[in-house]
Amino acid sequence: MKTLPSIAHQPLALVNGRLLDPGAGRQARGGVLIIDGVIRDLGPAVVADALPAHAQVIDCGGDVIAPGLIDMCAFVGEPGAEHRETIATATAAAAAGGVTTILARPDTNPPVDEPAVVDFLLRRARDTGLVRVLPVAALTRGLQGAEMAEIGLLKEAGAVAFSDAAQSLRNAQVMRRILAYAKDFDALVMHHTQDPDFSEGVMNEGEYATRLGLTGIPREAEAIMLDRDIRLVALTGARYHAALVSTSLSLDAVRAAKTAGLPITCATSINHLTLNENDIGDYRTFLKLSPPLRSEGERQALVQALAEGVIDVIVSDHNPQDVETKRLPFTEAEYGAIGLETMLSAGLRLVHAGEISLARLVAAMSLRPAEILGLPQGRLAIGAPADLIRFDPDEPYVLDPLKLHSRCKNTPFDEAKMQGRVKLTMVAGEVVWEAA
Amino acid sequence: MSELRPIQKFRHRHLLGIEGLSAADILTLLDRAEEAIEVSRQIEKKRATLRGRTLINLFFEASTRTQSSFELAGKRLGADVMNMSVSTSSVKKGETLIDTAMTLNAMRPDIIVVRHAQAGAVHLLAKKVDCAVVNAGDGAHEHPTQALLDALTIRRNKGRIEGLTVAICGDILHSRVARSNILLLSTLGARVRVVGPSTLMPVGIERMGAECFLDMKSGLEDADIVMMLRLQRERMSGAFVPSSREYFRTFGLDAEKLRYAKKDALVMHPGPMNRGVEIDSSIADGPQSLIREQVEMGVAVRMAVLAALAEHLPND
Repeated sequence: MKTLPSIAHQPLALVNGRLLDPGAGRQARGGVLIIDGVIRDLGPAVVADALPAHAQVIDCGGDVIAPGLIDMCAFVGEPGAEHRETIATATAAAAAGGVTTILARPDTNPPVDEPAVVDFLLRRARDTGLVRVLPVAALTRGLQGAEMAEIGLLKEAGAVAFSDAAQSLRNAQVMRRILAYAKDFDALVMHHTQDPDFSEGVMNEGEYATRLGLTGIPREAEAIMLDRDIRLVALTGARYHAALVSTSLSLDAVRAAKTAGLPITCATSINHLTLNENDIGDYRTFLKLSPPLRSEGERQALVQALAEGVIDVIVSDHNPQDVETKRLPFTEAEYGAIGLETMLSAGLRLVHAGEISLARLVAAMSLRPAEILGLPQGRLAIGAPADLIRFDPDEPYVLDPLKLHSRCKNTPFDEAKMQGRVKLTMVAGEVVWEAA
Repeated sequence: MSELRPIQKFRHRHLLGIEGLSAADILTLLDRAEEAIEVSRQIEKKRATLRGRTLINLFFEASTRTQSSFELAGKRLGADVMNMSVSTSSVKKGETLIDTAMTLNAMRPDIIVVRHAQAGAVHLLAKKVDCAVVNAGDGAHEHPTQALLDALTIRRNKGRIEGLTVAICGDILHSRVARSNILLLSTLGARVRVVGPSTLMPVGIERMGAECFLDMKSGLEDADIVMMLRLQRERMSGAFVPSSREYFRTFGLDAEKLRYAKKDALVMHPGPMNRGVEIDSSIADGPQSLIREQVEMGVAVRMAVLAALAEHLPND
């Protein structure tokens, strides 16, 4: 995938682009000069003629140059589910989708609840990954929801956040102690809030579930758990990130918590922003997600909240599932859809529909995750790591699932018309993807 | 008459649900079923409509009544009928629904009748086979031949369906019979009500075309047809209703509650009944009951459906 040779200290410049710095929120023509994997200069003065003769120059032909995307929720398969995904395939998909940093979910086998597993992931990522992979460690031992994981040691080993993946902590006492303890280490707690007692449902509760004869999950299942968590955050002061909200009830709760000054952030998935329950159609299991796709009204509320900044982050919620777990009756099929490679293209639907600005979209996929995680990426700024992407927001294409890099092809955008694709992805100044 | 003749051509390759059928489609099948009743009442019940055809009854969920009804329907039309109860065979060996479908498909059947515990399973199977597929009940989704036989029974006793008030009572939440009946009866112009406790009432059911009632008195008022649904045993001990005796007291159909309906109201039940839970024996066996007639209509409707689908089968 490394299509361009790189010489140590050789300057590299992306010129003739539209610079999109999500922090500044505006776009300007210009280029970016990169030396030793770091942005050394940027702006209208970075043009081909002004560069030293030995510099490598890439003409972007007027395309957007933006920080590489940071995906706070993706399943990378290793260790234990290599038949679904590997770090090599997940990061290939990420690179092709413009994602330069992945937060790897801890619900692997064994789960990421030991410093040795964190270390394993970091070494595997170094050896086989095209983009950065940052491990998320478990909140509780074995993801069992009972005993606290070694938050201090795991953080020291390199875990950037803590989560029990798709499982919610049922026990409020356990959650309170974890939040209090995590605060001592300034650790970020990411929680997927869905009351497990409502887990018999398989799609959003409502008319459509009733028509299909499927058991519904009410919006309240998510909000009840989030409301509880917000009270515990107020009690403990821990940094808390609602990993994936899907309802307006949750948005109201997050909005109020932010107004009250609590250290709370939240994410939604690209699927929940661009699809709704009706897309399930004739029992399409690729659209069986957790939390479930909601009504169109709820989708619009999510988009609105993203525009307002109540939603901080957009995740791919990349969850590769093979044919054997998806080609089943809807109730028996596994949850999840892949998304690393399509999150930007899908997000651009919102921009083209005039529902959100390009800067806000890119910020929710780069700058805001970087801020929450304390990473230097996500910015077009001198001194920032040269994790950059070049994309044409308008180029149309039809998604062919067979061309996707993920080991599994369970995309909800199967054969969908997309507009906008990534042409070049760079991690620390190295080109890891270039469109043919 | 050696074959069931088409009255009007049925336009569909499969019968997966009432959803998607027009009033004309439904009336075509009902009219055809009227003929099939005559066939079934003769001493010589065998016809040649499906001669040489193979019908497979593929039941992932045990059912004596629906399976035997389809079996008789197939045999009376001259088909070779094979019954497969999959719950006891390949599923235990880990074979998936798709594998089973592909295996059966390779045996070149003409029609497969499928019952499965999961909603949508029959649709999934229909996408993988070359023959016609009839949904004999998929989870809480649809049971189209039950709705057709109910409509036929109503039409024969009331002379019409349009304008009638039909109260469907009991466990609406888990009932495929309720869903198919709501769709069919409202398509033919009946006023459909659903009656039951809030815990057994699916969200948004009124948007499918039914009016929702939470007590038998208001729900049965002026009803022409009272259709009772079965309440599964595991659902009457605290999860959805506290006990079977409390359920019978509030929603069980007895003489007292039946008096809320019209004097000439008729009582139906898709079977099998829980006597003393959702329906009192005196009502089930009483003069207003159509329950036994429903069983006879079941065979006729299934003959009509099989014959209609057979018209789309290749003939070479």
